[in-house]
Amino acid sequence: MTLIIDTQAAAPASHARNRGTRRAVIVLNMLGLCLVGLIALTLSCGQGCLPPAHVLAALTGADAGGADFVVNDLRLPRALMSLVVGLCFGLGGAAFQVMLRNPLASPDIIGISAGAGAAAVFAIVVLSLEGWAVSAVAVSAGLGIATLIWGLSSGRGAAGARLILVGIGVSAMLNSVTSYLLLDAPAWDRAEAMRWLTGSMNGAQLVQVWPVVAALAVFGGLLAVSARDLDLLRLGDDAARALGVRSDATRFRVTLAAVGLVAFATSAAGPVAFVAFLSGPIAARLTRGGRFILPAAGLIGAILVLAGDYAGQFMLPARLPVGVVTGAIGAPFLLLLIVKANRNGGTL
Amino acid sequence: MTMARRLRTKDLSAGYDSRVILKDISLEVPAGRITAIVGGNASGKSTLLRTLARILKPKGGSVLLDDNVIHDMPSNAVARIMGLLPQSPIAPEGITVADLVGRGRHPHHGLFSRWNAADDRAVTDALTATGIAGLAERDLDTLSGGQRQRAWIAMALAQQTDLLLLDEPTTFLDVAHQIDVLDLLVDMNLSRRTTVVMVLHDLNLAVRYADHLIAVAQGGIHCQGTPADVLTEATVKTVFGLDCRIVTDPVSGTSTMVPIGRHKSGSVGQEAQSRK
Repeated sequence: MTLIIDTQAAAPASHARNRGTRRAVIVLNMLGLCLVGLIALTLSCGQGCLPPAHVLAALTGADAGGADFVVNDLRLPRALMSLVVGLCFGLGGAAFQVMLRNPLASPDIIGISAGAGAAAVFAIVVLSLEGWAVSAVAVSAGLGIATLIWGLSSGRGAAGARLILVGIGVSAMLNSVTSYLLLDAPAWDRAEAMRWLTGSMNGAQLVQVWPVVAALAVFGGLLAVSARDLDLLRLGDDAARALGVRSDATRFRVTLAAVGLVAFATSAAGPVAFVAFLSGPIAARLTRGGRFILPAAGLIGAILVLAGDYAGQFMLPARLPVGVVTGAIGAPFLLLLIVKANRNGGTL
Repeated sequence: MTMARRLRTKDLSAGYDSRVILKDISLEVPAGRITAIVGGNASGKSTLLRTLARILKPKGGSVLLDDNVIHDMPSNAVARIMGLLPQSPIAPEGITVADLVGRGRHPHHGLFSRWNAADDRAVTDALTATGIAGLAERDLDTLSGGQRQRAWIAMALAQQTDLLLLDEPTTFLDVAHQIDVLDLLVDMNLSRRTTVVMVLHDLNLAVRYADHLIAVAQGGIHCQGTPADVLTEATVKTVFGLDCRIVTDPVSGTSTMVPIGRHKSGSVGQEAQSRK
């Protein structure tokens, strides 16, 4: 009898905790499955569908009877690019939103993506750079813009409406820079210009994927080791510091990681509209605000880009770049969040 | 059971940015006792507490924990000895009580260590001590103000520190819940010998519940000592700018302060007014 009472007394903490973790694990597994399904779909179905056996044969380098070119040269680079770019945007966006405790503080709204995009266009059009050099310029610009926005909304690392408004202003300015640079580059066709305005996976090649994979490993790793401290910052600076978190150092690491992720992804595929912004709030809803927002947001980012790109290519009357599709989903969601944020202050 | 820790300040000056609010403060927190910091609005009592808690960097002088300068100690090491419940912590959306209380275990973990049985025990103990074990799985936003404050205190308890600092733990609570929270702190102090330092708004509750009072006024410590020594009509006049009478609280037997205003204060009030 006493034994039963004892276990009941010990139950609440571990039980409640396990329940939360179980839910998150289920959500992450579902998202992972979803992602694998989407990749399989994009590899096997395009203008026409290939039997799974042919796709597998092509991937493993066996004789695939003509499927080799379609799968390995057209679909695989595109799927991989969508996957890593989506992961980068999802992780980077959610990191910003959690750190600044505001879903509107995502890098594509406060001008980080716009800055990286404008810098990438500048590097390509004006400086005639390629590959890693473009990424380096984009990351520097992203960090520069982050510093500028922090500075203009003046210190204390405050989230607040001020930072977001300043960011929106900076973002608009940088978008006009991008447009101006594109006007000045007559050699480009409209489709290529669209990449830098809304983001696109058109013409993705494996060589362009690797820098983003590297960025994902380095900056994603940095984010992973900062994740626990970042989670505690959600309780407010004082509470986090009382629990031994070095709040300024954490914010610096998270900013560096998130800007790195977003800038590398942007320099490869353009600022894919609203993916960074959408992933965090969806992840927060699914994991019920637990400790697993970041990985969930990464997976959701990848799902959004893969699904958006697929829909833009094959499911709509015209072939549209992925950014147009995600933008069309994101805009109403943005309005919804603003309305909601006005009502309850909006945290993540 | 906790260890007796020595927390004191040496010629401490504290403030925000370029503004110095407190100057040349030297004090020692009595180990194993309950200390209350009292003072008027904007007197710097929260500033003092936050500097003691290593949240604010001193403008001059130092805070010493067991003779080490606290701002030179690693943040994790401090967090294993001293906990703080800030004035308005933020509750992340959708967080459960058990999850919140579990956050208190952070200083006991390194980068790669995993949640273990000791953590479970600490959280369960904290939930039981604060009487909210039955609410462990509830979302924090669905609790009443008093229950929510218990959850935050439970988080600080799960941290298992020898010292616990609290910044106005009774604000936003009705009078019954204020007493409830203060009783809870005394329970902890008695059962674990936890040293408690808190900023309290209500002077009478501070006098009743604290073993040691620190009255902050005019950028420094006006006086400190046992509540009976500190609570005088003259002190209240200097610290709060308020006329009052000190009488014996019929319930606790300690002193209690009865304010004198311009209205509704009988003949004493009219006297006070005519003196102005």
